[in-house]
Amino acid sequence: MAKPNMSLIKNPMPTESPEVRAHSFSEVAKGYDKDTALDEALRCLGCKNMPCVSGCPVNVRIPDFIAKVKECDFEGAYKIISESSSLPAVCGRVCPQETQCEAKCVRGIKGEPVGIGRLERFVADWHNEHSTEAPTPKEPNGKRVAIVGSGPSGLTCAGDLARLGFEVTVFEALHTAGGVLVYGIPEFRLPKSIVKKEVDNLLSLGVKIETNVIIGKTLTVDELLEDGYDAVFIGSGAGLPSFMGIPGEGLKGVYSANEFLTRTNLMKAYKENPETPIMKGGRVAVVGGGNVAMDAARCALRLGAEKVYIVYRRSMEELPARREEVEHAAEEGIEFRLLSNPKEIIGYENKEDRRDPKNGFVTAIRCVKMELGEPDERGRRRPVEIPDSDFTLEVDTVIMSIGTTPNPLIKSTTEGLEVNSRGGIIVNADGLTSKAAVYAGGDAVTGAATVISAMGAGKTAARAIAESLLK
Amino acid sequence: MYRIVTKKELNPTVTMMEIEAPLVARKAEAGQFIILRVDSEGERIPLTVAGYDRVRGTVKIIFQIVGKTTASLNRLSAGEYIEDFAGPLGVPTELCGLNDVCIVGGGVGCAIALPIAEKLHRMGARVTSVIGFRSRDLVILEDEFRAVSDELHIVTDDGSYGREGNVCLPLREMFSEGRKFDKVITIGPLVMMKFVVAETRPTGIPCDVSMNPIMIDGTGMCGGCRLTLNVDGKRVTKFACVDGPDFNGYEVDFDEAMSRGTMYRDFERHAYEEHCNLFKKQS
Repeated sequence: MAKPNMSLIKNPMPTESPEVRAHSFSEVAKGYDKDTALDEALRCLGCKNMPCVSGCPVNVRIPDFIAKVKECDFEGAYKIISESSSLPAVCGRVCPQETQCEAKCVRGIKGEPVGIGRLERFVADWHNEHSTEAPTPKEPNGKRVAIVGSGPSGLTCAGDLARLGFEVTVFEALHTAGGVLVYGIPEFRLPKSIVKKEVDNLLSLGVKIETNVIIGKTLTVDELLEDGYDAVFIGSGAGLPSFMGIPGEGLKGVYSANEFLTRTNLMKAYKENPETPIMKGGRVAVVGGGNVAMDAARCALRLGAEKVYIVYRRSMEELPARREEVEHAAEEGIEFRLLSNPKEIIGYENKEDRRDPKNGFVTAIRCVKMELGEPDERGRRRPVEIPDSDFTLEVDTVIMSIGTTPNPLIKSTTEGLEVNSRGGIIVNADGLTSKAAVYAGGDAVTGAATVISAMGAGKTAARAIAESLLK
Repeated sequence: MYRIVTKKELNPTVTMMEIEAPLVARKAEAGQFIILRVDSEGERIPLTVAGYDRVRGTVKIIFQIVGKTTASLNRLSAGEYIEDFAGPLGVPTELCGLNDVCIVGGGVGCAIALPIAEKLHRMGARVTSVIGFRSRDLVILEDEFRAVSDELHIVTDDGSYGREGNVCLPLREMFSEGRKFDKVITIGPLVMMKFVVAETRPTGIPCDVSMNPIMIDGTGMCGGCRLTLNVDGKRVTKFACVDGPDFNGYEVDFDEAMSRGTMYRDFERHAYEEHCNLFKKQS
């Protein structure tokens, strides 16, 4: 066994230069090569108490898979990861490792933690590139489960159940499987070929995917149960975008981040001559500070915007996006207008000529400066307006990325399904809802959160469904 | 893939198709809509359900050829397939308890108004239909409307068929004669619905409109179809895909909706022209 690598810093992730990637939808982070992966793996001390594992929502056996990497047994490493995670190549790319596994890494006490996410990605990519072994369906156990939504929680739940011999059908409202992995997270952060590969793996496990079926409309949860499904898992996602309720949100050029990203990613508006239109170029303000806001800002830049602002009412400290995305966005030239809050979106209005085609398009956004006041109930310092500090940014497009409210379609058509005051489905620790045999997880329960927490919920529910149906 | 069972041209710019989609046909109700994609690269467009046959498992759509996507759809024939067809979406039109209703349809909007008129007729309600078109050659579904209406008014902008004028003309006359209805339901171009609402407002008769904004997913995810309602002096954002497509006409901000509807006008015109040129070259 080689000696541990005691370097205080992670092996840097090779990335495309900011100048090139600001105009390209190709993946930004290029991934470790074999030698770098080996060198990084040697930074892991293989702690017996494995603090990193407790930081992972799906409890990947991290030191064990890294030990396999040290032995250059990459397929062995993949097998260990895939025991816990249905989507390793996705998680290695989009998990906020800095607040999860890596936050618990002993190496992080003095220096940087082990690059666990980068190693996970390396192992998953190695497998996808080299392994010819497709998973095969398991011996059926005679039980059927319906999964609502093919996003991260649904795919995880489907995968775990299929591996136990359940007959699993996933119902997807859109025309393509993947949920937010397809319509939301952009190509340059998560190539769609990776998602497709993960979905194909599920198909070879025997999972059926029915696209164009909207549960709550085309079929209801109760009908699925009547049709003989032994359990239903609802992973229908975050739902409708929120708006601020300020003047001008109905102007042309105002998008929700969901719409902007869906046009760009799912409907491929970034390609030449797309069939689905999108406003490109000009100056863009993205309101919000989450991962979705970063994705929207960076898409806008790649679609040809000359200037992109992130407008966020708190400071850099509180910005909720994944650190790497914030750094990448800043490197690409996106300007952060922090401690700023929009008051009004201003549109073009030619009073002389009501048929002027420019009428009704956004020209600017008026904001007010904020300062941080007393902490709120969650301990975050509350932003407070500074009087008379208004300023105006000239922009052509405004993208609202300030969260979502749950989709009403399932709640309103499912008898006996209880939701909380924010509209999220109420579940117990097993993911079981107020309705027998109906489970839920992911954003439909928590409101907008991360891919990995949704996967964790899908996993928990799969375990509970298996326990309840196979006892 | 979803098979086109029948296709019929209703006039030079409007086509009817029956699509085989048993799950959608089983649930579809008047006032709901579907989302379709013609091919794997196509955009998603919403079209209102113009009829359904639960036994044959088909859903009827009627569309006007206005752009590239509808032109591509219109190039397909019976027996061919479209890529995606999802629904039924939106809330069905609320008709419970209505005994005397005035249906006001304009242009291709008449295709959406017809199933509502049919349903009201089946329910035993008195149906007064006012249907308007630009000119004689664009008139559609006249016989179908006649079959379910107790009273039918046809108008054309140029007077080439029926009476000359827009749909507000017969409406105004009926109101001035003191005609009362339980409800006025109007479906057509935004500007027409805006005027029907304005015409009806002084009478105090409830007036519902069917909104057809730009949509992408149609399932309550993207927010592109949002519109603003003025409810008791407050401005409220609603989503046509899950809250509509029917709304109380007195509350809808039509000016904003009309403005938003033109957001991609240049893009659409360009795409349509390119599409037409392409096929001119081929043929």
